[in-house]
Amino acid sequence: MSNELLVETQGLVKEYGDFVAVDGVDLRLSEGEVYGFLGPNGSGKSTTILMMLGLTEPTEGMVRVCGHDPTRDPIAVKRQVGYLPENLGFYGDLTGRQNLQFTAELNNLDRTEARARITELLDTVELGGAADQPVAQYSRGMRQRLGLADVLLKQPRLVILDDPTLGLDPTGIEWLLSMIEELSSQRNIAVFLSSHQLHEVQRVCHRVGIMSHGRIVLEGTVSELTAQSRGAGFSTALEVRGGSGLRDALAAIEGVSSCEQTGTRISVESDRDVRAAAAAAVIAHGGELVELRSENRTLEDIYLRYFQQA
Amino acid sequence: MRAIFWKEMADHFGRRRFVLLFGLVVMGTLWGVLVDAGQLVRGGDGFFFLDLFTTNIGIPISLLTFISLFGPVIGIALGFDSINSERIQGTLARVLAQPVYRDAVFNGKFLAGLLTLTIVVLSMGISVVGLGMFRVGIAPSGEEVVRLIGFGLVTIAYLAFWLALAMTASVLLRNAVTSALISMGLWIGLSFFVTLGAAVLADQLVPVVSNTEEALRHFNIVTWASRLSPGALYTEAVSILLDPIGGRVLTLLAVAPERLEGLLATPVSAGQSLQLVWPHIVVLVAMAGALAGISYTKFMREEIRA
Repeated sequence: MSNELLVETQGLVKEYGDFVAVDGVDLRLSEGEVYGFLGPNGSGKSTTILMMLGLTEPTEGMVRVCGHDPTRDPIAVKRQVGYLPENLGFYGDLTGRQNLQFTAELNNLDRTEARARITELLDTVELGGAADQPVAQYSRGMRQRLGLADVLLKQPRLVILDDPTLGLDPTGIEWLLSMIEELSSQRNIAVFLSSHQLHEVQRVCHRVGIMSHGRIVLEGTVSELTAQSRGAGFSTALEVRGGSGLRDALAAIEGVSSCEQTGTRISVESDRDVRAAAAAAVIAHGGELVELRSENRTLEDIYLRYFQQA
Repeated sequence: MRAIFWKEMADHFGRRRFVLLFGLVVMGTLWGVLVDAGQLVRGGDGFFFLDLFTTNIGIPISLLTFISLFGPVIGIALGFDSINSERIQGTLARVLAQPVYRDAVFNGKFLAGLLTLTIVVLSMGISVVGLGMFRVGIAPSGEEVVRLIGFGLVTIAYLAFWLALAMTASVLLRNAVTSALISMGLWIGLSFFVTLGAAVLADQLVPVVSNTEEALRHFNIVTWASRLSPGALYTEAVSILLDPIGGRVLTLLAVAPERLEGLLATPVSAGQSLQLVWPHIVVLVAMAGALAGISYTKFMREEIRA
């Protein structure tokens, strides 16, 4: 990974009349990096993306994508950036291959070269068999894969995916995530991934930013974010069988602030990692430890915790 | 822009819409068959091929009226959903994410529509003239050819106006159905009601016509008021072009009405007719340009949300 910045924004603002959709966003994305852009609906993610592509003009602030200003020089940006829009559309009466050919022509690619690349890409996205069917007959997942081929056709340095897993089945999502990983690790393509699918973002993204009401409220690597949220305390869930006085024993462990038991389940809140001590305590009091799980390790917890507090 | 242009051309000719275009060409050609050619040759003014377009002997309305009334449908059909259908389909965002200028998308679509119109107009004109040649066995004179070419150009400009209008609607209105309805509404309003309104207005302003002066005023009010309608503008221009003798009357009316008395039925030259309709052509093209300008400015700075 080199350190060249592909995306840089400073104090990016977009207002629609009185409504502030994006309120001072600072983003940085380096080559080959996968950035997860999270946030609830209407938090300004798509608007930020549109500004990065020059599809809408910022009210204030600076954007640079691949070293160019997308408002003034959109063509230079679009030559190097592939964009997969939220509601991706193809010409239904054309075949998948014809749709890609049209994109190739728009990108002024050499005809014969493009033809070979299209066939290769269609195979990569596993659409080789359906390449000559009209897109109107494609399923949602097939369209999404065609979209990915469409984005990769111009050999971009940066790929912007706006909610690409929307409406995909679990295998489709799995496939897409492994593609994203491959793009970044093997082709050194940076990926800007806007999504709601938290555990997927957690799996593939190097860095994550969470948007809320037009601002980035949390940003960092997944482990940084989990570390941050640890400051707010740990919660540990246990499932036990047998034993006696377990609740008191667990509450007595140093650092534990509260301990509640419902049936065989006990949840423990503490200011540090007490998993080992908790396990020891259960066994020492004659209980059987069936399950022990730390609950705020996932991005989802951080995300939910943040938006529940807010 | 080339890529967009050719894709649009393929669309225009490949889809069901083509049936409409083809139907109009066939209907136009039928006019050439139905016209009572024998009577035209015997009783005509010597401009058989021009008369083919302006006469209504043997048919309900002249081919010229047919084009001026229904030609706009072609322009509207080619343009009413050009931008908004791509927006709804979600292809607009994808196309504009490619390294193409926005005006290339707009221009490519407009030019493709324009070329399609030209092909329709030419094929219709050539079939009517060809059929006429076949039926009466004479060839058009040089003068007639010049006038017919002028006629073709004005027709293309007229249809291009409607194409520009429909494309403007397709930029301003998100919904293809609304855009079609608005375009059709404007078509009906401008084609039928403006001429109707012009007559009413003239009757109001000059209620009694008892001498030549009042008749002339009445006539002038009707002419000027109906020029608000592109259809009337077109019909006027084309009548002058296709009717060398009647056109002379109009020429004189415009430049020296006092000389109308004792007029001999002699034709004016094609050059003079062209000179007379030049303002009409300019106005048609300017109106199309103004409309294109409106949609252009709107489209260029607009947010393209998928």
